[in-house]
Amino acid sequence: MPIKSYLVFPHEGQQKALEAALELLPSCEVIPAQNKDIFVLVTDTSDQKEEEDILNQIHSIESLDHLTLVSGFKESHPS
Amino acid sequence: MVTNRRKFLKQLAAASAMSAAASMFPGIVFAEEQLEGLPKGLINWKKAPCRFCGVGCGLLIGLSDGKAVAVKGDPKSTVNKGLCCVKGYHSVMAMYGKDRLTRPLIRENGKLVETSMEKALDLVAGKMQEVINTHGKDAVSMYGSGQWTIPDGYVASKFMKGAIGTNNLEANARLCMASAVTGFISSFGLDEPMGCYEDIDHADVFVLWGNNMAEMHPVLFSRLLDQRLKRPDVKIIDLATRTTRTSVAADRSILFKPQGDLAIANAICYELVENNWIDKGFIEKHCSFKEGKTNIGYGLEDKFKFSDKAGTITFEDFKTFLQDYRPDKVEAVSGVSARDIKYLASLFGDPNKKVTSFWCMGANQHTRGTWINNLIYNIHLMVGKISTPGNSPFSLTGQPSACGTVREVGTLTHKLPHGVVANEKDRKMAAEIWKVPVERIPYKPSYHTVEMFRALDRGDIRFMWIQVTNPMVTMPKLNRYRDAVQKDDRFIVVSDIYPTPTTDIADVILPSAMWVEREGMFGNSERRTQHFEQMLDAPGEAMSDTWQIIEVARRMGFNELFPWSKEDHIEEIWKEYARFHEGKKHGMAPYEALKQAPGLQWPFVEGKETKWRFHAKYDPACEGNSFDFYGKPDRKAWIWARPYEAPPEIPDTEFPFWLNTGRVLEHWHTGSMTRRISVLHQAMPRSYVEINPEDAKSMGIKNGDQVRLVSRRGKIELPASVHERGQPTKGQVFVPFFDESLLINDLTLDAFCPISKQPDYKKCAVKLEKVNVIN
Repeated sequence: MPIKSYLVFPHEGQQKALEAALELLPSCEVIPAQNKDIFVLVTDTSDQKEEEDILNQIHSIESLDHLTLVSGFKESHPS
Repeated sequence: MVTNRRKFLKQLAAASAMSAAASMFPGIVFAEEQLEGLPKGLINWKKAPCRFCGVGCGLLIGLSDGKAVAVKGDPKSTVNKGLCCVKGYHSVMAMYGKDRLTRPLIRENGKLVETSMEKALDLVAGKMQEVINTHGKDAVSMYGSGQWTIPDGYVASKFMKGAIGTNNLEANARLCMASAVTGFISSFGLDEPMGCYEDIDHADVFVLWGNNMAEMHPVLFSRLLDQRLKRPDVKIIDLATRTTRTSVAADRSILFKPQGDLAIANAICYELVENNWIDKGFIEKHCSFKEGKTNIGYGLEDKFKFSDKAGTITFEDFKTFLQDYRPDKVEAVSGVSARDIKYLASLFGDPNKKVTSFWCMGANQHTRGTWINNLIYNIHLMVGKISTPGNSPFSLTGQPSACGTVREVGTLTHKLPHGVVANEKDRKMAAEIWKVPVERIPYKPSYHTVEMFRALDRGDIRFMWIQVTNPMVTMPKLNRYRDAVQKDDRFIVVSDIYPTPTTDIADVILPSAMWVEREGMFGNSERRTQHFEQMLDAPGEAMSDTWQIIEVARRMGFNELFPWSKEDHIEEIWKEYARFHEGKKHGMAPYEALKQAPGLQWPFVEGKETKWRFHAKYDPACEGNSFDFYGKPDRKAWIWARPYEAPPEIPDTEFPFWLNTGRVLEHWHTGSMTRRISVLHQAMPRSYVEINPEDAKSMGIKNGDQVRLVSRRGKIELPASVHERGQPTKGQVFVPFFDESLLINDLTLDAFCPISKQPDYKKCAVKLEKVNVIN
């Protein structure tokens, strides 16, 4: 049951579109920054398979430039 | 409960990412409520300094069920003010790698086999004594690091110098900041920065001398960028040989040729004099002018000897010396335009601007490392911009206790906890505190790090105990020293927490307790001592490096020198050690105060920290009412005439590229800890070679292509990195050293600064070849 956080980098000028696209996905929580074109994404999935599916969907969003994994936890201990 | 915990972990993950964003891209603000509301009661938080770099961020370690499960920045720490970098956030995970060493191993018939700690320590003590009996006390040695806690280093010094009676004690900090030490000593007579991180809050201009702060000291760099957001006139100038994340974030990136920094610094001084931007009153009252030896060599040969000699010169002599460094004259050797040099000089020369310089490995890992340190001080002294808030020449360190342990305790061949072995008064002080005969402490330094490994190769040294460092990855010209340690009749003991290329060559491996698995103290770059308590049990038979040394010393008959109990030894060691530094110039905070505070700066006098040294307004050790450089007998700072001299190996037709080596944000030095943290390993899984895009294009090399680097000492194959994180100048390549499967130090040169004996990892000559892959 992994929980992971990412820094998300949109293509220039497409922050809002990317935020909107991510908010439509299940298991995703978007935390916007107030003054910079990046934001934090936290995924909370039930297993590895669901996590991979979500990541595949995220990577297919056109307004996404790239994302960087920052932190990962399993249910009880840091992964 | 499960829901609460899951919610907590989600918030923690979010906070980690927000802090990582803020430290890597400062100025990013998240809604405050997003940072609040972490559930309380599930986790017990305790303070500790970060285990990794020399910045010394204050952390809060989250403990639950006997495990460290989380980390957050300590908002009470004046160092990081609650921020953390990506390494700090994941630091506790370094304790839980699957292949953690938990049992001692000894080599029998070529194979490592498990044994008990008692037997392993018996073997270490017995072997050490046997070598002393057969070959003399100078045939045994100890090699530690700037990751030693202060108590580790203190007992190592007392054991080697006070008990055994040899100066064969060195630490890997020789490889990272020895030039900073000799720079401070030759310019000011006392080691360590006069300023503190609070300078960042006051400076108008930051000049970074070959210092990729955005990756190496990200939290401090965040503070720089934060100041620029708050005060739009703040300028950051990146003076470097390679374009990095720091260059991109800076207001001005100025690229120079390797070794060109010597000429640039002198040219800045030329301009200051030429434009009358100097502070004549300050110079007349507080500075002396000196010259030293020139054409001083590079230490490439065994048993190389050099000692500098200061001669007094006049200000007029110094001005004459500077005539060779008119900006247009140094364009060719430095690669920097006269216009840019004049711009730099104008920043230092502006009477309305406070200037702070930062540097680290770029200046220190340099065959003229002491000189470039002197030259940066020269600039600040010429304009009187020193020892006051915001005016600070500031040498940063790379390891968490390079300052606290190696420099302050003095775990180097020539040092004692106070002063140097060559000084009779300092030896007498050590003998009195240690209760040993003064004759036991040798007055002559023996081997600095490179020479110590050469001595091991020659057979002058037969026994080496290595703690908390990984020289089989970090030594320059590694091929020679790897062969040396594997010779017959050499006995190597390694204390570490994970298997490394250094444990691979060990005869005995002792499992060590790591960081908060034991009590200790670190000392950071700004003279701040930080205590941490034991929060966790060490796994298996793992034991602190301090206690390992005590156990071996006792087995060798030195019980009286190490009388402490397991329960109170750290407190008792601290109290004994602090006696060496009593007084206004270096007084250390008492143990009880250190336990309470997130860190306290020395000199700690009458319950107060000293933020800026050498100015009476801030430093109680000063006489008079203004500057007082009391480290020197004439109570003045010394401005040195140090010329440009070329490095020992320069690219030629056979080896046409400069090789520069260094670190990356995600990994701590040789990666033995951070490569076991999956998040960091995934982010930076293997080494690479950065190639300038024009060079890559002309050689038909694309990003990801396999290439071969060859120097006169070794070769390596690794993937090309083009247009990625960093970009070297044309004719230069850069390779990080974190990856033990791609040992770049097989190619580097063991040339060093003749004064500091610190090797130069930033400059040697290589050729670059595309590897043709046959499908």
